[in-house]
Amino acid sequence: MIKYTKKSRALALIGGLVLTAVVAAPVMAQRDPAYAAARAAGKIGEKPDGYLGFVTAPSPAIKALVEDINIKRKAAYTRKAQETNSTVEQFAFTSGCNLIMRTVPGEKYQTPSGTWNTRDSSDPVRDSRCP
Amino acid sequence: MMLYQTSQLTDRSYDAIRCKMRSLTTTSLILGAMIGLSACVQVSAPDKPIVINLNINIKQEVVYRLDGDAKDLINEEADIF
Repeated sequence: MIKYTKKSRALALIGGLVLTAVVAAPVMAQRDPAYAAARAAGKIGEKPDGYLGFVTAPSPAIKALVEDINIKRKAAYTRKAQETNSTVEQFAFTSGCNLIMRTVPGEKYQTPSGTWNTRDSSDPVRDSRCP
Repeated sequence: MMLYQTSQLTDRSYDAIRCKMRSLTTTSLILGAMIGLSACVQVSAPDKPIVINLNINIKQEVVYRLDGDAKDLINEEADIF
């Protein structure tokens, strides 16, 4: 009886670990809390070229965070550009059009002229080539 | 000078006209040279900065073609977008 209990406990533990991993996987695909906070605070924003930019002078932590994301973005753009037979700049620019469109009210984005705008309920100011 | 009739001209007055004409030619040459020298092309720097658009290699048709793939990528790797 005790042996059975131990076994079931072990099984429950393994089951729990598996469940945690399954639940944690989609959480891992979400934004880092520090990144989400910097976005919401308007410290960083989306640029038309498909990368993140600094609206205000960044803290070392935010600078490192944004640089890391931009490197990962470039890697993703490079991979997709090869798949779609386009250039990294073309794919990044197209992504930038979408990323600016997806900003939520309160977040910052850069207009084609280079100024930082705060997204409101109206459509963002984007490059004329954006779909 | 057109007032003079060639047939009425004596050798002397003819010479005088030729001399006058020569001096006139010289004067006009000097004048022309002076105008030519003074009329240099003035190039001044524009007061507005020159903006060179580096995105000219990105055509709208390309952006439209890649739009679906870009949307897919943003959804797939939501943690970096």
